[in-house]
Amino acid sequence: MTKIVYKHIHLENSHTLAVYKSAGGYQALEKALTLSGDDIIDEVKRSGIRGRGGAGFPAGLKWSFIPKDDRAKYLVCNADEGEPGTCKDRDILRYVPHQLIEGMIIAGYAVRAERGYIYIRGEFYREAERVQAAIDEAYAAGYLGDNVMGRGVRFDLAVHRGGGAYVCGEETGLIESLEGKKGQPRLKPPFPANIGLYGGPTVINNVETLTSVPDIILNGGAWYSSLGVDKSTGTKVFAVSGHVNKPGNYEVELGIPLKVLLEEYAGGIRGGWDNLKGVIPGGASSPVLTKTVCETVTMDYDAISKAGSMLGSGAVIVLDRSVCIVRAIARLSRFYRHESCGQCSPCREGTGWLSQIMQRIEQGKGVREDIDLLLSVAGNIQGKTICALGDAAAMPVVGAIRAFREEFEYHVEHGRCMVA
Amino acid sequence: MSELQKSSSGVPPRFSEEAMRQVEVIFQRYPADRRESAVMPVLHLAQREFGGWLSQEALDYVATIVGMPPIRVYEVATFYTMYNLKPVGKYHIQVCTNISCWLCDSDSIAQALRNKLQLSFGESSSDGRFTLSEVECLGACINAPMLQINDDYYENLTPAKVSEIIDQLP
Ligand SMILES: Cc1cc2nc3c(=O)[nH]c(=O)nc-3n(C[C@H](O)[C@H](O)[C@H](O)COP(=O)(O)O)c2cc1C
Ligand code: SF4
Ligand code: FES
Repeated sequence: MTKIVYKHIHLENSHTLAVYKSAGGYQALEKALTLSGDDIIDEVKRSGIRGRGGAGFPAGLKWSFIPKDDRAKYLVCNADEGEPGTCKDRDILRYVPHQLIEGMIIAGYAVRAERGYIYIRGEFYREAERVQAAIDEAYAAGYLGDNVMGRGVRFDLAVHRGGGAYVCGEETGLIESLEGKKGQPRLKPPFPANIGLYGGPTVINNVETLTSVPDIILNGGAWYSSLGVDKSTGTKVFAVSGHVNKPGNYEVELGIPLKVLLEEYAGGIRGGWDNLKGVIPGGASSPVLTKTVCETVTMDYDAISKAGSMLGSGAVIVLDRSVCIVRAIARLSRFYRHESCGQCSPCREGTGWLSQIMQRIEQGKGVREDIDLLLSVAGNIQGKTICALGDAAAMPVVGAIRAFREEFEYHVEHGRCMVA
Repeated sequence: MSELQKSSSGVPPRFSEEAMRQVEVIFQRYPADRRESAVMPVLHLAQREFGGWLSQEALDYVATIVGMPPIRVYEVATFYTMYNLKPVGKYHIQVCTNISCWLCDSDSIAQALRNKLQLSFGESSSDGRFTLSEVECLGACINAPMLQINDDYYENLTPAKVSEIIDQLP
């Protein structure tokens, strides 16, 4: 299978400029600088690539929203990687930082941003060191600075480390954090493309999205869109964790059957396929899929959404039959309660309620009405908050009740779990 | 703010010359009129320089360096979990118990640490050597279960490995 963002990570010292260059690195930048910004945006549009951070918004379209006015513009890379189950960007940061940097210089040039930031979650200290070292190398080699590759283009790039707050992965929370404030998301509109960092037009993209850009420019958007399937073009890294024999980050073409991903790449389900209970297909916020769905579903945006879930960040969390679904979701509810920034009451109060009720059911102290209460609390969060963290907290609960209602009922009726 | 704790040493915090050079490098990353953007990196630096935590005096010092009202620095420091507002042990051991780690039996890792260190989550050893914390997903889920000690990740753990790791800390 064609690899893009991970194609160099097996090389020894792949994080260094020397190795990246000898593997063809920075040739895409050279080519990009002979094109106009609009040509680059068109090529990225043609590729069909959708944002890899979770929402799946078409990247070329996002770039085209940047107004052509005189204001200073910014490019921000979202390397906050905080959605439970997600750990794909980390390997890009530590193994191929130059590919990300090259993608950012091209993106910056395309939208006429002269300054970029890579916002890396604070806990990734070693990864931030790697990226900083690569940035230093790129400056020394003339890929960054006020005269990129001698072509009179300016692009400055810096690392900004987060401080341990999941909500800063939300794009406007991230901007607030970069501005030196609490990471509380902003009400949209205005969207960052118009008023973002320091009030300027700002493009925010995920690490994996930006790292795909050099190959799109070098080989063309048409080539990229020939990979994957309709409306889900290209490759995607799936971080497969939990009850598989070979957990790992696997870069595959979108549209691969989930069963193939699990059986042929991730070494199969612990205890065999029939021991599978369900899969959370796109990070903690995506509703769980039952085994029946897993038999046939393919890993692309449309198929997963038709199955009632989301491709999200591509974090595939595998649960075998030993798992108590109530306990698993209770753990996630506790996470969202902890991470709510607290500025909207439906989220602040709602995540608290969800967590409390989930915990009470898990501990065998719940009553039958609690199940509907969960659905009603979730309904009062969804669509009523400033950012999508509220929805992210509600969806796994609603999804689990839909898929495994009988387990919730068993819990409240028998005061214990039907699994263990 | 009640969460803030005074330093017990009575010595006002001051950056070393080397740390001041790093502060200058940090400021250069942001537009000249956007110095507040430096507050997070300067807080990270201060935490490193001042023994792993940020006293109220340290926060006030950061406020003067960055040129922000102290209250704004307090707001930032209390919002982000990585800023320690009370002393932590020389080794801050943070165990991930989120979903992927839990599926891979992080309970046994947490239990091994509690036994080994005789600490519960949120406690520090009286000799100041260890603090044990529970954390949310650290983004290493394919290598679960895992934990972080200061700047480093330890992955694919077993209770036996955890014990070895603790014994080998200098
Ligand atoms: C609560 C929350 C957390 C998020 N965390 C991340 C994250 O860690 N990394 C990321 O790339 N996007 C994250 N996102 C999505 C971003 O808001 C944004 O859509 C994304 O960075 C855009 O980049 P893309 O279009 O390349 O995907 C998060 C969104 C929400 C609501
Ligand atoms: S939805 Fe939750 S996390 Fe998002 S802004 Fe509102 S309170 Fe904060
Ligand atoms: S769940 Fe433990 S590192 Fe992600």
